[in-house]
Amino acid sequence: MEMKNILRVENITKFFYTPIEFKALNNITFEVQEGEFLCIIGKSGCGKSTMLYILSTMDTEYEGKLYLDEQLLTGLKQDKLARLRNSSIGFVFQFHYLLPEFSCLKNIMIPALKLGKYSREEIEFRAYEKLKLLELEEQALKPASKLSGGQQQRIAIARALINDPKIIMCDEPTGNLDSKNSEIVLGIFKQISKDFNQTIITVTHDNDFAKASDRVIEMQDGEIINHNLIL
Amino acid sequence: MMKLFRKKIDLGVDYEIAFTHILSRKMQTFVASLAVAIGIAAFIFLNSLVVGFNRSSDESFFKTMPHIRIYIDDELSVPLQKNDANQRTSVIVNPKITNNSDKLINPERIVEQLETKEYVVTAAPWLNVNLFYNNGISQLSGSSSGVNIMEANTLFDIKSTMVEGDMNELLSTPNGIVLGVGIAENLNVRIDDNISIVSSLGVIKVMKVIGFFKTSSSVVDKTKSYINLSIAQQLMAQGPDYLTDIYIKIKNPADAPKHISELETLTGYNAESWQTANESAKASQKTRAVMMGSISFIILIVAAFTIYNIINMTVKQKLHDIAILKAQGFAGKSVVNIFISEALIIGTLGTLVGMMLGALLINIVSKVYVGGDTGYFPIQFESKIMLLGLIVGIVVTSVAGYIPARSAAKVDPISIFRN
Repeated sequence: MEMKNILRVENITKFFYTPIEFKALNNITFEVQEGEFLCIIGKSGCGKSTMLYILSTMDTEYEGKLYLDEQLLTGLKQDKLARLRNSSIGFVFQFHYLLPEFSCLKNIMIPALKLGKYSREEIEFRAYEKLKLLELEEQALKPASKLSGGQQQRIAIARALINDPKIIMCDEPTGNLDSKNSEIVLGIFKQISKDFNQTIITVTHDNDFAKASDRVIEMQDGEIINHNLIL
Repeated sequence: MMKLFRKKIDLGVDYEIAFTHILSRKMQTFVASLAVAIGIAAFIFLNSLVVGFNRSSDESFFKTMPHIRIYIDDELSVPLQKNDANQRTSVIVNPKITNNSDKLINPERIVEQLETKEYVVTAAPWLNVNLFYNNGISQLSGSSSGVNIMEANTLFDIKSTMVEGDMNELLSTPNGIVLGVGIAENLNVRIDDNISIVSSLGVIKVMKVIGFFKTSSSVVDKTKSYINLSIAQQLMAQGPDYLTDIYIKIKNPADAPKHISELETLTGYNAESWQTANESAKASQKTRAVMMGSISFIILIVAAFTIYNIINMTVKQKLHDIAILKAQGFAGKSVVNIFISEALIIGTLGTLVGMMLGALLINIVSKVYVGGDTGYFPIQFESKIMLLGLIVGIVVTSVAGYIPARSAAKVDPISIFRN
């Protein structure tokens, strides 16, 4: 199968100005293939989270160019980027960040309701499908705040998947989970990238997690020191 | 079409989130709505009070005063030679009221012309005479209006003030007189009694009492009477074309000042609106409106602050939620939508309750009998003010909600995720 570039980063440089001027990223260039399960590792403060936030399109203050599916994202308006995030990028964060007042099902449905591609009934059906995939369908109508940490993280993954995004970006997805739950999450990610050909980019400290991925990028002091680290 | 559909869904989910937020904080919502309700109720009640007060005081003006009066103003004598600085002439003068006649020339034609104007309801020839009422040895000073009683009734609704007798008998009784009840009491006269009246020119007339009226002013009741125009002319020792005033009733009393200059050009005489004639009373009406307006405004501001506070607090508490929504592709506009909707839900709820509360207050107060000239408290259900209350309520809450909503839209998700 011919490999297709889904994400391309060209010469990205990022400065922080407070408290003092500091070069967080230095001339970073790399590509991510469609369906790839990519991990970015590195010590705290190496710039990997900063990198992820730029890839996520939430941070637009950088030099260089960012392409998603060959479309240049750099310089697009905030509203346009928001729409793009909605349709093409899913997020999983370390602290799951579900909306506590809503049921699990509603949490999953919200990004799809925003996208408005399907009717409410279809969205609900699709949300149940994702819940089944993550073996959480019996939790559907519980408030998000009533679930365990591992369950919440899986709900967050289901939410990231609801719009069938091209890329799923994760910031320490297992950072808060015990080994059993971490294993489950890892299993899900592998399945997503293999079965649905969705791209996963994960920032992690977890070596076991990184080992299971397709490719590991190692960063240090704002630069990529290894594009394909073999753990 | 597709875009429209998407837009609709878009609003739906924002609103849904707002509604869930509101439902999960019932107590806060209740308190904020109550604040708005009290604010709007106060706004509606106080403003209805002002409108009611002003209407009742306007009505009392119109019992004795026409909307517009046409008359000849007194003129001051002017020096024959004007003081001119260049020629350095100076003329010593002692300005006095000139002894011009106050008789309107060709009043019938003026009345005819006035009545062609579409905003004029009635133009009535009028002649006020100062006189003494005599019955035996009792004597009272007062004034009588020489009128056509039908026209006078259109102007001042005399019929509604009649307590005894029929004013229409003036038409068939040339020397009839309709007296204020105060005069009747003081002179001790009854219907069909005769009294004599003496004008300042010494003309004496014997009149037949045909009715009594009672207005809201005891001063008027003790001095005022109505007689036929021809009698009034005779009391002034003048012919049948003598008239000093034309009283005009117009469709909308508030418009009176607008018509003044036109009427002055048309008639060639002075025209005076009731607003000018009652300037001090109008000023106190305005004072009242400003006073009540500022009180209700302050109450509204407090209500707005409550909403502002609660939305602001929600935004502060929900920074994480806002960040996650933005990460998931909610644009700044959507975030504004969410929090504005919350303010609007609270505001609309509060406004509707406030309108009901205001209506209830008005209903209760309007049943309070204060007695005197006023009777029942002069307040009633003002649909215009209700509508204004609704608009003000919605606008104030939107503004109060917009400020924190705007700051919510500016939340930078990265700075939230980093911590």
